[in-house]
Amino acid sequence: MPTPLHIISTGTANTASVLAAWERLGIEAILTTNESDVREAPRIVLPGVGSFGAAMRLLEAEGLVPALRERLAAGRPTLCICLGLQLLATASDESPGAKGLGVFRATVSRLPDHIEAAHLPRQVPQRVPQLGWNQVEAPKGSRFLTDGFAYYANSYCLREVPQGWLAATTTYGVRFCAAIERAGVLACQFHPELSGRWGAALLKRWYDESPAAHANAPAKGAA
Amino acid sequence: MLTSRVIPCLDCRDGRVVKGVQFQGLRDAGDPVELAARYEAEGADELVILDVSATPQGRANQTDTIKRVRKVLSIPLTVGGGVRTSDDAKRLLDAGADKVGVNTAAVLDPALLTKLAERFGRQCIVIAIDAARTEPPETNPTRKRGATAAIVSSQPTSWHVVIRSGEDRRPLDAIEWARNSTHLGAGEILLTSWDRDGTKAGYDFDLLRAVSSAVTVPVIASGGAAGPQHLIEALQAGADAVLAASIFHDGHYTVRQVKEALAKAGFRVRDDTVTF
Repeated sequence: MPTPLHIISTGTANTASVLAAWERLGIEAILTTNESDVREAPRIVLPGVGSFGAAMRLLEAEGLVPALRERLAAGRPTLCICLGLQLLATASDESPGAKGLGVFRATVSRLPDHIEAAHLPRQVPQRVPQLGWNQVEAPKGSRFLTDGFAYYANSYCLREVPQGWLAATTTYGVRFCAAIERAGVLACQFHPELSGRWGAALLKRWYDESPAAHANAPAKGAA
Repeated sequence: MLTSRVIPCLDCRDGRVVKGVQFQGLRDAGDPVELAARYEAEGADELVILDVSATPQGRANQTDTIKRVRKVLSIPLTVGGGVRTSDDAKRLLDAGADKVGVNTAAVLDPALLTKLAERFGRQCIVIAIDAARTEPPETNPTRKRGATAAIVSSQPTSWHVVIRSGEDRRPLDAIEWARNSTHLGAGEILLTSWDRDGTKAGYDFDLLRAVSSAVTVPVIASGGAAGPQHLIEALQAGADAVLAASIFHDGHYTVRQVKEALAKAGFRVRDDTVTF
């Protein structure tokens, strides 16, 4: 029986879809808002739907911010989905003034409402949010990411690759981070739980190949 | 680059998929779980389930249908029908929907869209608009010859919003409502032509052009598709995604055949042939 994983219950996310995706893989997933789970569980999923500021307020209200920061900084197996990726940054144009988890220094920005058109002298409108399937161009040396198509539902994006992280990229008017990874942390702007067989394979790889050393690292008493 | 989406639609009642012309004369079209799994395997980019039951018991069955479909479905699922409050939306999301479609309740209470967007994010909120062509004005027979063309062109086509599954035709302009609903919080528009739905006469391409140039969020074309050519024309008219029901249920086309036709016509579609 595979070790169960814990999903942070954010209340507003499409949690049922995330749970169903793990169930199809035969992996038990447990919803939690428990600080000690976030600190000690071998694997944590941080789903995210909603706004940057509201999601941070929720994590703060549940007292999960220090534990999350700690495991992300240590590279312990953590999967962040959609807004979950953006929360790793320091700030977002979506919620001016709100502080992110600050795992790296970056500000999340809005996708452009207008883009250059090759055949026209002026800019043309671009639909925001981006809703649909777009490419994932995987980086060399990635533990988890492969080339493919994934389902995105986003109005905001991370345009700079944080130092020390590997990034898969995609383009919607601008080039941005489709996903980033470092040690056991995988953060996806797209929704792997909604990305068909390709997404299911990605979830399985993250589950199987999160470094065991990180998964079993003692967390009790850590600073 | 973002690809064009092909979205099969399951109209569901009492746990079964049904189909009918302009919501009348519903016939059984199969099991929602079987169809959902088949369409995903064929390359569907997304799935829409619309609840066409009218009773509270039917609504309860709908939650069960969504749960059963979610178990097998690993692509996005939009669910609509009977959403009156943000708790209704929450119930559908908890059952396994990724996006929620709102129609009548948003027309009666537009602030609902803002409430939903604040609670779940706008990318989760789909405004479903059923639009019917407004009757053309009577041509005045006493006008002098040659004036007809001028009269026609000075009266641009317009559409009214239809609610309560067609029983109610509001004095509400569909283009204006499309624009307003996105300002209020809708992140996507599911645009159904009331006149074309179930007729296989093709989507209302004028309507698609008018709405897609009036809004900045994605537009899903719905109502009237008989084959790949109609889907191609809808994308050419400005739609970002194309929805169809009976062409798939009847087995006239598979989703894959349709996507191949779109690709041949120069539209980018998702290549889901992955190996792992």
